[in-house]
Amino acid sequence: MSAIIEVNDLVKNFGAFCAVDHVSFRVPEGSIFGFLGPNGAGKTTTIKMLTTVLRPTSGTIRVDGYDPTRDQQRVRRSFGIVFQDPSLDDELTAFENMELHAVLYGVAPAERKGKIGALLAFVELADRRNDQVKQFSGGMKRRLELARGLLHQPKILFLDEPTLGLDPQTRNHIWSFIQSLAKEKGVTVFFTTHYMEEADRVADLVAVIDHGKIVAQDPTAELKRKTGSATLEDAFIAVTGHTIREEEASSVDQLRMMGRVWRGRR
Amino acid sequence: MSAIYILWLRQLKRYLRSRSRIVGSLGQPVLFLLALGFGFGPIFAKAGGGSYIQFLAPGIIAMAILFTAVFTGIEIIWDRQFGFLKETLVAPVSRLQIVLGRTLGGATVALLQGAFIFVVCVVAGFRVERVRLVPVALAFMFLIAVLFTAIGTSIASVLEDMQGFQLIMNFIVLPLFFFSDALFPMRGLPKFLRAVLRVNPVTYGVDGIRGALSHGFHFGLGTDFAVLGILTAILLAIGSYLFSRIQL
Ligand SMILES: Nc1ncnc2c1ncn2[C@@H]1O[C@H](COP(=O)(O)OP(=O)(O)OP(=O)(O)O)[C@@H](O)[C@H]1O
Ligand SMILES: [Mg+2]
Repeated sequence: MSAIIEVNDLVKNFGAFCAVDHVSFRVPEGSIFGFLGPNGAGKTTTIKMLTTVLRPTSGTIRVDGYDPTRDQQRVRRSFGIVFQDPSLDDELTAFENMELHAVLYGVAPAERKGKIGALLAFVELADRRNDQVKQFSGGMKRRLELARGLLHQPKILFLDEPTLGLDPQTRNHIWSFIQSLAKEKGVTVFFTTHYMEEADRVADLVAVIDHGKIVAQDPTAELKRKTGSATLEDAFIAVTGHTIREEEASSVDQLRMMGRVWRGRR
Repeated sequence: MSAIYILWLRQLKRYLRSRSRIVGSLGQPVLFLLALGFGFGPIFAKAGGGSYIQFLAPGIIAMAILFTAVFTGIEIIWDRQFGFLKETLVAPVSRLQIVLGRTLGGATVALLQGAFIFVVCVVAGFRVERVRLVPVALAFMFLIAVLFTAIGTSIASVLEDMQGFQLIMNFIVLPLFFFSDALFPMRGLPKFLRAVLRVNPVTYGVDGIRGALSHGFHFGLGTDFAVLGILTAILLAIGSYLFSRIQL
């Protein structure tokens, strides 16, 4: 299978701190690719660089054959994304958020209403479509973000912790839909998650990143076999270790904090 | 429906839905109009300037537009903090379209705000002397609105959070307003102050509105229009460029 995403020697430094450290991987077209790693490993930073909103320090990226640092427009036409952090307009209604997305992504006017209605029903928000998003609960907002991400059908779907904060029923429901997109429409799915059983169930292939470095890259079955683990969770711990990733992050956070205070004082 | 239109519409909806914002931002110009208009009116008349309200009202209209426009431009910072900015930055439309939609939306909001103040001025006793020139005044109001939304956009594109906000208010927005011909006439000012007023775009905007509605132009319609038009085009270009370079 040909690779729809190709990353070579990708580096991102924030000042002296290296968030993504010479990362290379390939994502085959039509596959479901799990990008796993502990907190602060560099997953979101990598996704930002793949999706044109953050410039790499060095290295090369190809997304659907184009370079996100140069052919930004072409790359943007190839993907859809659900961000880890909120990205809805709270003042608008659920329907208006969907409609805005449909227009930005060029969903044909004739299809807009029908598609929006179907997806809102799918995430069980049909009866709240005309409510402002600021009245929604966290889970409802998350469901709306997902529905919005599925509204236009891109070649590649980036999902950064898509099921964060959702109940198990909704998670299953969403994942079966995403799996069917990959199987039936050939959509490539690039996702991150901290739920290992979820990754084990849906991913064809995983890459594990830790401290900005890729520490494993295999089909899920292969990774479990290599590490002699029964579950992906065990395999994950085998390659990333037991320590909780706080110290490093917090010292960097402290520096950022100091920077803020200092800038504010001037 | 295009990207520009839907982003324009979003801005308008957000404005019309926040009644507290509408009322809140009407408060300041009305206060200026009443306090200065009636407070300085007698002195102004005694000094041979005629009716102060006739002079002041266009300045207050420009003030309402100036403040609202800069604020709506700066809203990009909020959108960055609340996350919505990401949604537009990865969309498969050019950043120029995004920035145009946002700027036109912000400018429309500012123009509406200016129109409200216009009505308030008329209620407070402002007399429109040349009714057929009202469209010219509206054109100047719109130019001021676009210019200062673009300035807000440019500033917001290089700031990460709201911490620089006070700085912008005190060192850009307020000086632009006070060192213009909004509150006092240019005639008879000390030389250096006249020079400052001459390089301030707000001066030309106020002169355009005032020239059309009440006092006649100080610089002339053509000059006002050319200065504002060219500056607006330049600032739009700068705003678009800075916006296109935003990273997350
Ligand atoms: N703008 C920034 N400036 C400085 N450091 C940053 C910035 N963005 C991210 N980092 C740092 O880069 C590292 C990687 O962050 P990233 O968000 O990519 O982690 P992640 O793998 O997505 O983690 P999580 O699972 O918690 O979402 C972290 O240590 C973070 O503090
Ligand atoms: Mg992340």
